[in-house]
Amino acid sequence: MARTSIRLNRWFLPLLALASCGISSIAVTIPVTPTSAPFNFLGAIALGAVIYAILSFLITLIAQGPRVAKDRMMTTLVLVAFAIAVVPLVSLISTVVTLGLARFDREFLTSSMRNVVGQGGGALHAIIGTLEITSIAAMISIPIGLLTAIYLVEYGRGRLARAVTALVDVMTGIPSIVAGLFAFAVFALFFGPGIRMGFAGAVALSVLMIPVVVRSSEEMLRIVPSELREASYALGVPKWLTVLKVVLPTAVAGLVTGIMISIARVIGETAPLLIVAGFTQSMNYNPFNERMMTLPVFVYFSYSSQGTDTQAYLDRAWAGALTLIVIVMVLNLGARLVSRIARPHTSR
Amino acid sequence: MANARSQVPKKRGDVVFSGLVTASGIAILVTLSAVAIFLVVESLPAFNPTADIGNAPDGFWAYVTPLVFGTLLAAVLALIFATPLAIGIGLFISHYAPRRIASSLGYVVDLLAAIPSVVYGLWGIQVLAPTVQPIYQWLNENLGWFPPFAGPVSGTGRTILTVSFVLAIMILPIMSALAREIFLQTPKLNEEAALALGATRWEMIQLSVLPFARSGLLSSAMLGLGRAVGETMAVAMVLSPAAVITFALITPTNPSTIASTIALDFPEAAGLNVNALIAAGLVLFVITMAVNITARGIITRHARKVAF
Repeated sequence: MARTSIRLNRWFLPLLALASCGISSIAVTIPVTPTSAPFNFLGAIALGAVIYAILSFLITLIAQGPRVAKDRMMTTLVLVAFAIAVVPLVSLISTVVTLGLARFDREFLTSSMRNVVGQGGGALHAIIGTLEITSIAAMISIPIGLLTAIYLVEYGRGRLARAVTALVDVMTGIPSIVAGLFAFAVFALFFGPGIRMGFAGAVALSVLMIPVVVRSSEEMLRIVPSELREASYALGVPKWLTVLKVVLPTAVAGLVTGIMISIARVIGETAPLLIVAGFTQSMNYNPFNERMMTLPVFVYFSYSSQGTDTQAYLDRAWAGALTLIVIVMVLNLGARLVSRIARPHTSR
Repeated sequence: MANARSQVPKKRGDVVFSGLVTASGIAILVTLSAVAIFLVVESLPAFNPTADIGNAPDGFWAYVTPLVFGTLLAAVLALIFATPLAIGIGLFISHYAPRRIASSLGYVVDLLAAIPSVVYGLWGIQVLAPTVQPIYQWLNENLGWFPPFAGPVSGTGRTILTVSFVLAIMILPIMSALAREIFLQTPKLNEEAALALGATRWEMIQLSVLPFARSGLLSSAMLGLGRAVGETMAVAMVLSPAAVITFALITPTNPSTIASTIALDFPEAAGLNVNALIAAGLVLFVITMAVNITARGIITRHARKVAF
């Protein structure tokens, strides 16, 4: 590393970090203003990081010269950037779990909000709504998305393929609320203004889900080695059977992973459902008729229109958030598991 | 890929299957044009200057201008906070973290992307806003002469600055994932050449990684901007909105954003108000499309340069 300089002991930097945190935790206990909080853990760590950055920079500057000092400084900054990103994640997960567990009980999962004004009640109507609407959206999006991906990888040539690729990109960028407005505009044309139904929500979600399915499936189909296709052609297998029997089975793990992640992506969408699926306090099993509650809307609604017993509504909102996160995490972890169990045999 | 088209005789299955996949490709085309057409048709009544729109008494453009301003302000602030962090995280995972734990760390950041926006909203309003409110107080007392920190300070912390913090957290996963991918694509030989010349790790990154990644980072920033512009629920829940154009970031009167206004007003809207909100949605659609197309343009323009 440095040429004519003193090498620092390898324990030096960790010790310096500890010392900086020590200094900062003493510093934050000294009240600066009369209103300052007694002990702020995050504040102590933040101040400690600043002290460490400055001290390590200065000491390295003296011992090893400006180039190494700058390098060390950037290492610290990069570490800090990562730490800053982890703080909100930890805070969010811990808040949702601690506050959500208060009402995450049997009643929450088995009853609706019909005729409930204060305590009690649950989100069964919202869970059913979310499952139905998301399933319908998946039934629309997966075939279209998968077939489009096959088209782009196996068949697409020329202008149409380029246009489809570009449009999928544009679709990826559609804001969720615009998808909701689109579904509303379509259904309002046929059913009159003020239309609210679960199926319209599913259509809005499909607009958001199709490009995600196309993108991930396309990527997975592209990494299928073309030797496999050529071998199949050499045996006289027609192209469509090659795709169905050789290409798809090879990529199946990646395809399933991508689809699960795309479901996880849309299951938490709130804005479009708020617009076209509406909200209700009662059970509704029929997605083609009347308003339908969904879990994200339930969370939003519990928070935004609190009754007199504020705490009961807040507890339900957090419990709903916890349910939602559990569903999303299960889908994500499941996707990871699938891709790990059946990994396609390609070198990467 | 499959160049065997001429060798394989066309069978009926082939014709049907290729028709099917082509049809679904065309379905994408139809869907997107349907989105555009329906939005335009439904928003036309709002553009009529003589229309009597309840929530926009001075005409549609006077109604939508503060919303566009708020949307861009919140998104650009979020981008300013998120970009350095995303580059730092990308570098950390690609070049700093030990190989064995790097992918798990990347997964931790990806988890942030999986959390639904309504949960971010709930967290922003219940946890983040009360936490940052004393900081705003302090900023106003000590730096109040600086226009963005002018008073009066919001008592709840539900300001546009808080919103942009939440948005920054929400666009961080996509941006850092892209940054990581771009950094990992740096030619290994360039990196090793820099190290062999005696560069420190940071000098190596400066010399070989960052120049290689510049256009990719720019387009990832644009994609992050596109996300932030369209984000709805977190803004709708956290912000206490007003129809103003101001650069004051920590007061109780904040410019609202298009998406959050639609989400808040749509359930109660009727008549021409619905058309005005759909027209606002159309404006949002145009903004996000412009941002995304710019991002794509940057990628394709520089892709040729990179592939030497």
